[in-house]
Amino acid sequence: MKHWFAFLLLVAAPAWADSELPPARWANEQLPDPRQEAQAKALMEELRCLVCQGQSIADSNAEMAGDMRALVRQRIAAGEKPETVRRWLIARYGNWVSYRPPVEPVTWPLWAAPLIFLLAGAWLLRKRMVRRRS
Amino acid sequence: MIAEAGLAALWLAAALAALQLALACGLGGDQGRRISTVRALALSQGLLTLFAFGALIFLFLRSDMSVLLVFENSHSQKPWLYKFAGTWGNHEGSMLLWVAVLAVAGAIVALFERRLGERTLSAALGAQAALALGFFAFLLFASNPFERLSPAPLDGRGLNPLLQDPGLAFHPPTLYLGYVGLSVAFSLAVGGLVRSEVGPAIARAMRPWVLGAWILLTLGITAGSYWAYYELGWGGWWFWDPVENASLMPWLAATALLHSINVLAARGGLRAWTMMLALIAFSLSMIGTFLVRSGILTSVHAFAVDPTRGTFILCLLALYIGGALTLFAVRIAHVKEGAPFEIVSREGGLVANNLLLSAILGIVFVGTLYPLIAEASSGEKLSVGAPYFNSVASPLALLLAGLMLIAPQLKWRRDAAPILPRLAPGLLVALAVLITSFILAPQIGWLPRLGLSIGAALLPASLLPLFGRSLRRTPLAVWGMALAHFGVAVAILGMASDSAFTEEKLAVARLGDRIEIGPWLVEFRDVTPVAGPNWSALEAELRASRGLGVTILEPQSRFFAEPPTTTNEAAIDTSWNGQLYAVLGEQDGQGRWQLRLWWKPFVTLIWLGGILIALGGTLALLGRLTRERRQRILGEEAFA
Repeated sequence: MKHWFAFLLLVAAPAWADSELPPARWANEQLPDPRQEAQAKALMEELRCLVCQGQSIADSNAEMAGDMRALVRQRIAAGEKPETVRRWLIARYGNWVSYRPPVEPVTWPLWAAPLIFLLAGAWLLRKRMVRRRS
Repeated sequence: MIAEAGLAALWLAAALAALQLALACGLGGDQGRRISTVRALALSQGLLTLFAFGALIFLFLRSDMSVLLVFENSHSQKPWLYKFAGTWGNHEGSMLLWVAVLAVAGAIVALFERRLGERTLSAALGAQAALALGFFAFLLFASNPFERLSPAPLDGRGLNPLLQDPGLAFHPPTLYLGYVGLSVAFSLAVGGLVRSEVGPAIARAMRPWVLGAWILLTLGITAGSYWAYYELGWGGWWFWDPVENASLMPWLAATALLHSINVLAARGGLRAWTMMLALIAFSLSMIGTFLVRSGILTSVHAFAVDPTRGTFILCLLALYIGGALTLFAVRIAHVKEGAPFEIVSREGGLVANNLLLSAILGIVFVGTLYPLIAEASSGEKLSVGAPYFNSVASPLALLLAGLMLIAPQLKWRRDAAPILPRLAPGLLVALAVLITSFILAPQIGWLPRLGLSIGAALLPASLLPLFGRSLRRTPLAVWGMALAHFGVAVAILGMASDSAFTEEKLAVARLGDRIEIGPWLVEFRDVTPVAGPNWSALEAELRASRGLGVTILEPQSRFFAEPPTTTNEAAIDTSWNGQLYAVLGEQDGQGRWQLRLWWKPFVTLIWLGGILIALGGTLALLGRLTRERRQRILGEEAFA
């Protein structure tokens, strides 16, 4: 039984880790201060895992996601504001890394969309409702 | 032999679809438009495609590796359920399923539809045949599921292990039935526009299809969300992933259509708007399929990526959607609007519902496609994810839920009675919950707080339309509406509770360590190897206790050899007030294991709500069908 267990670990090893390095500290551990951990968690949920397909670093098994989690936790623990950490990451990886689109000319239509849709819908339906009691 | 027979059946069905389209366009004169001709064509098309799909299932069950598709997506060692489900767990098979449903839906309409004039019906079936023809061509020219492989290999490559899950086996067919069910609404709208017969009869013919498709989409999305929740192993249940959005968009359109169709059926109003929604709903189903199948958006669901075929589907989309919208623009002037109504009326409420749903739909649409547009136009790579959708769509969704407190109680056309007494029960509950939440949980965000208040208010308010009626004589459809709205309340409470009260513990633990989470004390007792039919795993034993209750959780880290993959199988303990969720991660160099634990109060309400919504839809569907049947029998008796 013991041998088989060892064999199993041996076989499974490559799939268990992307590299031989142990995961960074804070990759899978929470910060002791619950308020800082909550801040870090909220930020991690808004950062894209760059090697995954459509996952945030808060919910990915990839090694790189683990490294980024460690980085976020370290910086938050060192007293940095979440927005500073986000800007630092965007400066390195581009807007692609943040799931919260920036408010820039490129994204104005995106942020204006809800209002445009409500107004357009109301305009299309205006004739149906104008009649007050006669 | 079976594979060739399947392929031949597909070609034959495609030829029949072409013939049916030609006849509907008038090439066969009045003789060709006769309903008996159309009926025979539609029926044989449906049976042939069904046969082709059956043939593919048979090949998968027999593990016939001389068929390329089986070789690439199956393995002889797989449990039979996954061989069966493997039929649609890939691009070609799922497209064949899509076409099969499309053709069978056409056959059912041809056989059973009695509400419409003959000419309108045959025009609608012509539209259905046109849809089918495009997808037949796509299958035959760009993704032949029956392609042979010579020499036949000894065994296959296996199915993506993430997909080896009983829940996921039936997730795609449910969604596809929903997507394609909407094709009938599309075709009926085309038929109605072509023949200028847009009125209550079209709405009544559409309604069961829209309801049925909507029920299946609701179930499919609910099941998909639960699958992502327990299979991906991080406790999330909705990721605003493009593929999730692709299924959400047709659902939103179908929900809006479902409500506006009632205005058309009951009052003859909102004709143009309803036709447009019917065209848009199925267009979004096609766009969803395009997004998923073309691989244009990379996402966690990208197991079916295939960019080369994208162009083909894109052309089909341009043809169908462009054609339908052009037809709408040309013919809509011929459609007369029905009776007007005041703002405070059932119609007014339904219009507001449609407005909000359409705005949410637009937001999801823009948010999903914006990164593509931005990259194509300015080269800038953007991500639009949960923060955008949550901050923009959620307030509108809560507004919509707020509207549900009163709108279902309003009278048709004009409601002059005071609103406040009818709104009072809901408002009082909302206020009570709001105040209690400020006292007991001051730290939670405003969105979950509002969600809790409005969700709680909607529990009693959704049942008010039943109040003061003779319950035995209340139509089944009204019961269905109340139940579905109650389900919305339940789901909102689950979502709000999950985002407000979830506790998370990520631990690096040794055997014997104890971890406190929520009301639970979890002891890490053991890790043992276990083996399954085509995987081996490490299984943790966690003893969780609270008060006198003890439960054992056994999360696994599974290793699949074919293809080599590791998956985390979460262990979930469900109790009446929430779920304890445990995942076993990797071991580090010092013999410590990663453990991820979540305590999620009332999270189950999310999916319970989804099921209640679908159940409400089912009641409404049964009510509509039995009532129409009874009326038809009465009508025939009166005539005799």
